[in-house]
Amino acid sequence: MTDIKEIIDFLKNYDGQEITLMEVCGTHTAAISENGIQDIISDKIKLVSGPGCPVCVTTSAYIDRLNELACEEKTCVVTFGDMIRVRGSQKSLRDISAEGGNIHMIYSPLEIIDLALSDTDTTYVFAAVGFETTTPIYAILIEEIIKRDIKNIKLLTALKTMPQAIRTVYNKGKAIDGFIAPGHVSVITGSKEFEPLAKELSVPFVVSGFEGEELVASIYALVKSRDKGTVINLYKSFVSENGNEEARNLVSKYFEPCDAAWRGMGIIPDSGMCLKKEFEIYDAGSRELVADNIFNKKCCCGNVVAGIMSPVQCSLYGKECTPQTPQGACMVSTEGSCYHYYMNRRRGL
Amino acid sequence: MCVAVPGIIKKIENNTAEVDYNGNVVKAHTGIVSVDEGDYVLVHAGMIIQKLNEAEAQKMIDLFGELEELVND
Repeated sequence: MTDIKEIIDFLKNYDGQEITLMEVCGTHTAAISENGIQDIISDKIKLVSGPGCPVCVTTSAYIDRLNELACEEKTCVVTFGDMIRVRGSQKSLRDISAEGGNIHMIYSPLEIIDLALSDTDTTYVFAAVGFETTTPIYAILIEEIIKRDIKNIKLLTALKTMPQAIRTVYNKGKAIDGFIAPGHVSVITGSKEFEPLAKELSVPFVVSGFEGEELVASIYALVKSRDKGTVINLYKSFVSENGNEEARNLVSKYFEPCDAAWRGMGIIPDSGMCLKKEFEIYDAGSRELVADNIFNKKCCCGNVVAGIMSPVQCSLYGKECTPQTPQGACMVSTEGSCYHYYMNRRRGL
Repeated sequence: MCVAVPGIIKKIENNTAEVDYNGNVVKAHTGIVSVDEGDYVLVHAGMIIQKLNEAEAQKMIDLFGELEELVND
């Protein structure tokens, strides 16, 4: 039996060929930063953050559209808290709220139902961002809206799926030798979702939990599996090979794959989910929101989510850009790379 | 946003469960997972997305067992 001490000793003393591993998911970035994992392993094992923070990869055009909606008469934008402080081309929803825009923050998308029923003269628009993990709840929401014949709820969607984005990062960014696959996405998709990609790219994927020990073990597994196009599931307590089929069936009832615009990576074919044509009456104008005119031209968020740059390499990092004065989405979101590098003094290699 | 936290189901009424996280109880939709009271579940954005696989509950033991196989490769 290999114990955690042996694993940490191995990673600490690793002196082999340099290896770069990407943690795709923002929550893994948070856990790696909070646990100081880069500091307890060899500098020859470089950890870089990936595109798995839904707020961070949302384009300015999407935020601008939310801002416009919040200013329309008899319209209220409903959103997760993460989205409030992210700027579009000029302003954030918080700025718009201060100017009198109508914005409501919630914990679960389903809370929008009670809001809508309490004021049927107002249209409530949910800022529906997220990956495979979150899309099922929007499907449940649409099902409820239809069942209860609610007329005043719409979604502005920026829903994304991971495989094509990972392929794009691999082909465009720095050389990646292994991926810590997004754990909660895998709960829905199943670990086998990453098998074709692992084979195609000839790099290992490890599905990981979020505890420090689990992440250390996953890094160890990736180092040991270098150049092998395999998927190793080390989060079996919640991730099965096939994932949650019921959730995926529900999603495919209302949504269909589409091209999607990612901050810093442009339009990636088949990397998003949009409402099907027959349900477009519930859409608040989500298509074509591809422009990405960031507020501060020096902001490197686009390169950070693509794994091309470490947050600490950005000229704004820790100076003009801090969690108190975020210039880009990556410093705003609690899953953002810049936010966690800053808060945990994580080194960039 | 993609944060999901495990808790234990205290009560289920229709399609809503009360999930306890060390004393902090929140409501979560049960729509995509078949669950019972007493189950440990993963909740994301107000929705239960998976039930803990009890056979995998000794996850670290399994995990380190698998790592041993890699070492011996």
